[in-house]
Order: sequence, then C-alpha cells, then structure tokens
Amino acid sequence: MQLITAIIKPFKLDDVREALAELGIQGLTVTDVKGFGRQHGHTELYRGAEYAIDFVPKTRLDIAVDDEQTDQVLETIQKAAITGKVGDGKIFVTPLLETVRIRTGETGSIAL
Amino acid sequence: MENQIFELQYALDTFYFLVCGALVMWMAAGFSMLEAGLVRSKNTTEILTKNVALFAIACTMYLVCGYDIMYGGGILLDGIVGDGVADEWTYAPSADFYFQVVFVATAMSIVSGAVAERMKLWAFLAFCVVMTGFIYPMEGAWTWGGEAVFGMYTLGDLGFSDFAGSGIVHMAGAAAALAGVVLLGAREGKYGPDGQVRAIPGANLPLATLGTFILWMGWFGFNGGSVLATASVESANAVAVVFMNTNAAAAGGLIVALIVAKILFGKADLTMALNGALAGLVAITAEPSTPTPLLATLFGGLGGALVVFSILALDKLRLDDPVGAISVHGVVGLLGLLLVPLTNDGASFTGQLIGAATIFVWVFGASLLTWAIIKAVIGLRVSKEEEYEGVDIAECGMEAYPEFKGGK
Repeated sequence: MQLITAIIKPFKLDDVREALAELGIQGLTVTDVKGFGRQHGHTELYRGAEYAIDFVPKTRLDIAVDDEQTDQVLETIQKAAITGKVGDGKIFVTPLLETVRIRTGETGSIAL
Repeated sequence: MENQIFELQYALDTFYFLVCGALVMWMAAGFSMLEAGLVRSKNTTEILTKNVALFAIACTMYLVCGYDIMYGGGILLDGIVGDGVADEWTYAPSADFYFQVVFVATAMSIVSGAVAERMKLWAFLAFCVVMTGFIYPMEGAWTWGGEAVFGMYTLGDLGFSDFAGSGIVHMAGAAAALAGVVLLGAREGKYGPDGQVRAIPGANLPLATLGTFILWMGWFGFNGGSVLATASVESANAVAVVFMNTNAAAAGGLIVALIVAKILFGKADLTMALNGALAGLVAITAEPSTPTPLLATLFGGLGGALVVFSILALDKLRLDDPVGAISVHGVVGLLGLLLVPLTNDGASFTGQLIGAATIFVWVFGASLLTWAIIKAVIGLRVSKEEEYEGVDIAECGMEAYPEFKGGK
C-alpha cells in the first residue's frame, strides 16, 4: 500500500476528484494548506502599498491506494491538476505500513 | 388659526430635528463598522468597545458641561426648559440638545479609527472625556455658538461660514486624531527601516462597505438637519437641495477616488473608493445649500481625488492612520471650508482661513497637551507583545471571532 499526497491548485480540486472517482478510488482526505514552492509568493496591493503573500493557498489530497493502483492514480492526478503554469503543485508517494477500517477492524488492502 | 399653524410648524420642525438627530446617531454604527472592517480581526473587539464607549461618554459629557460651554443652558442642562415657545424657539430646546450631542460623538468617532490597533483603551477613553466635555465645545462656542475667541475676535464677523461642520466637526476630530497619532507612533511593522510603506490589510471589507453606506445615509441627517427647519416652503426647499447636493457629492467623491486609485495603482482599490465617498461628503458639508448639483458633484470629486493623495502623503510622513480618518475628515474638511466662498457670498476666503486656523490650532494644541498628560500618567501604547497578540485579548480579554482561528 502507498500513501499518495498531492498538493494542487485549489480550483483544480473538482477536476481531480472527478477523475479519481472514475478510477474507482473509494475515498480521499482534503485539507486547505499554505506553502511555497518555485512559485514563491506574490505581492498584493492595499491602499497603494504592497504586501507580500509568502505562503500561497493550496489544497492537499491524501489518498491511500494499493501498490498496483499507484501509477494509475499518480498519472490521473497529474493530468487532472495540470495548468502548465508555475505553482501547479507536487505529488509525493510514501509507503504505507498498515490500514485499519475502524468500523469492522479489517486490516490491510481490504480496508482501503 | 395663526396660532394653530405656528404650533404645527413647531411640532414639525421639532420632529424633523429629532429624526435627523437619530440619523446622525446612526453614523456611530457606520464608524464602528467602517473601523471594524479596516483593522485586523485581532483588534475588532477593542475598536467596537471604543466606538460604543466613546458614544456614551460623548453624550454624557456634552450633557454635563459641553452643551453649556457651547451654547449655554446650564451644567447638567438645568437651564433647558421643556417648552421653547415662551423663549421664541421654533422647536423644542431638548431637540436642539439631542441634535447637537450626536455631532460631538461624530467628531470623537473620527479619532478612534486613526489611533486604532495600538492605543490603550483607557487612554483613549480618558481623552474622550476631555475632547467631548471641553475641547470640542470650546471651538463650537466660537463658531456655531457665536462667541468671541478668548474675547479677541468673532469668527462670524470675519465671514466664516461652516454650514454643518466640515471644519467644526470633521477637521476638529481629525486635528485631535493627528495629535494622538504624532505622540502614539505607527503600528509595529507598518514602516520599514528604509522608509518603505507596508500594507496592513483590513480584515473585513464587507463591514467597511456597510459602514460607509450607513455613514452616507446618516449624512442626510447631518447636513439636512443643519437647515434647522423644514416646516415652510422655503426651508423645505432648502432641505431638499441639501439632500440632493449631499448625495451628489458622495457619488462624485467615490467615482473620482475609484478612478484615481485605478490610475495610480492599476487596481480598483475598494478602501480608497469608500474613503472617496466619505471625502465627498466631508467636502460638501461646509456648504451643501448653495452649490448647483453639478458643482456639488465636482466639489465631492475634488474631495475624492484629494483624499487618495493625502493618504499616500501621510504614509510618506510616517503618520499611520489605519482607516484614513485624518485625510478624509481633516484634509478634505479644510478643502470643504475653502470651497464655501465659491458659492456663498456671505463667506470670505480670509474668514474661512482664519476660522480653519483657529479650529486647528486650538484642537490640535489642546489635544496634544491632553494626549501628552495621559501619556505621562498611564501611557498611550500597549506593549509590543500585546500589539502582536492583538488589543482584543490585551484590553478586552476576548476575541471577536473566537471560533475562527488564524486571524493573526
């Protein structure tokens, strides 16, 4: 099992969710986050004075998947979240040691 | 029959006065919302506390001694009789007090925005007592009260005219605010070491917009009520012209400020547009009854342009005014006074200049002294740490939005 963590542009969330639903993904967790990458921040103007937005709002998705589904999910997220401009985000994959479905106590792939 | 008509006029004028006073009272809500919108969320409870407390203090101090200093009537209004007919008043004397008292509160409201986000609550309230009980009534006595300035000269004789208080209310409030800002200093982080100006965006622009609309509406009472009568064809016509011109000036001020901001910054800055509408209103307040509708719009527009440049200039001088009160009410208040002789033959430029100088020197000087005494006794500023945490927690012990985290 793998844990896929994707940081995407917030307005791409619906596209990504729909694309993942078509793949048959059973669940994911969404968090509003802030951060910076190569996009760095940007400046905004208020009453004639500039101020820096050092951390840009992004959306974080956490999805636990089976090993054989990993590549497909990565590709789907990448295709759905792309705009081609700086700041599109990143996807991280980390090995997942265990999964437990709280309702039934099932563990492993079947709990995904 | 004649007596019945007089009674009807008396009743109608009194009623009109009271309704206009209630409209001006509502401006306190406008100032509260405007200021709450333009400060950061961590300072919201404190600015609201200031606004409600200053209103109550202003009403009480003006009742205790302010009205007596300005117009007579006795300490605690003991000389005010219920029936004005015997003394040839055309409306009830208590209605006059009620209408006047809400103007004092307006002048004081101007101060609270300029010193927002860093001043101690009780230092502000202490100043409020002196301002509304003494400083404002003194200059009010020299202008609307018709008394000589320390027995030296009488402004009315010099051709000074200020219909509803561009100078007497608005510039006076701004002068007191400026004195406070000079002694208080800027908010932490507003100005960089190399002179750069950093923006500290307001927390809630919907509230600031609502506040501006409330002020705009209240201003019809402020200027319209200052006709002091409505129960005759002549005064009813005058009231209608004042309403029309007041509205036109606000519209002109907003449009011009919006365009000037777009040209200067490349973006349509809402807060500047809001300040522009208020600047238009302040500009027309000194004389809303004589300009044509076109001139009223242009005067308002002039105020709207001036306010944007004034806000930028004050930042260059490192005078930190979070809501732009000194520019809107002070700089444009002066403009309003100077525009009066263009349409009103009864006023002269020298009279307006001397009047403006008298008001400014008195209010600024007396305020500076008062602020300095308060600073020496209890201090004006909260500590750096309290300022960072927000004056809501430091001064009021509660947050405005306790369930909404991340406001800092």
